[in-house]
Amino acid sequence: MARPLRNRTRQQALSVALATGAYGLSFGALSVAAGLDVWQTSALSLLVFSGGSQFAFVGVVGAGGGPFAAVVTSTFLGLRNGFYGVGLAPVLRPIRGWRRAWAAQVTIDESTAVALAQPAEDRAARQAGFWWTGVGVFVAWNAITVLGALLGSRIGDPADWGLDAAAAAAFLALVWPRLAHRRAQAVAAAAAVLALALTPVAPAGVPVLAAALVAIVAGWGHPRPEEVPE
Amino acid sequence: MSAYAWMWVAIVAAGLLSWGIKVAGHSVPESWLENPRVHRIAAFVTVALLAALVGVQTFSSGGSLAIDARVAAVAVAAVLLWRRAPFIVVVAAAAAVAAGLRALGWG
Repeated sequence: MARPLRNRTRQQALSVALATGAYGLSFGALSVAAGLDVWQTSALSLLVFSGGSQFAFVGVVGAGGGPFAAVVTSTFLGLRNGFYGVGLAPVLRPIRGWRRAWAAQVTIDESTAVALAQPAEDRAARQAGFWWTGVGVFVAWNAITVLGALLGSRIGDPADWGLDAAAAAAFLALVWPRLAHRRAQAVAAAAAVLALALTPVAPAGVPVLAAALVAIVAGWGHPRPEEVPE
Repeated sequence: MSAYAWMWVAIVAAGLLSWGIKVAGHSVPESWLENPRVHRIAAFVTVALLAALVGVQTFSSGGSLAIDARVAAVAVAAVLLWRRAPFIVVVAAAAAVAAGLRALGWG
């Protein structure tokens, strides 16, 4: 690939890595506010390494849900990464062993988006976009998570600092880009209403999981392809 | 086992499952996942879970529903997202609004 193009891909990857890494600060602080310690918070960022799943894990724990509900919710939210892997496999081929294990770990929203934003006929640019973004986000996200957790453990009552509202805003920011179409908006509204309706009657963690049923109902029919969020 | 140990078990399990899903995606033959219904449901699961988390995180308080400073904070976040503000700005502004309102004695 031409050199200017490679530089542009790398710049894209690094700016995405820094922007995404920065909100590791809010994850670290929220995780500690939910009752996890600094080591557990870091372990989540290293092992789970998927923002939505991690925020969901600590969100469920913070709301009083059990570890099991936290694992199930976080895993459901990670399902989309499996689909990203399917799309990336042809881009990264041939790949084996440790490199494939590592490619899998850094398969997330951002690395997939940057890889697939490069021209389809330029496989080298797509590979560069994937690796620079994936590894860049991994480094920034984990380093800044530690910082957030250390800050978060020093501030007393998290509600005084509005950290509970920050968690809600983080989820809103994660879902926002996926609400471009009517059907996605309807799914989001129905899921939120169902979860709230169940909140007074079901154990913590269950209302959020029950909202996945809305997705199954909405996905079963035949929406036009452009109505399905990425 | 203590609650602390169970939390570690949950973290490692969530990590293994997260990685396992990613590896599975890289490994399965593409044709296995060509079913459009599976694709649609997976995409909507992400939307549904995140939206449910927004709702619960904004309106629930220890197993019951409540309206407090978080609602105003999330409304501000929505306006900022609509104005295309970056993630970190949205989150920080929401925290500032909630913290400010509480400092004034509301919510």
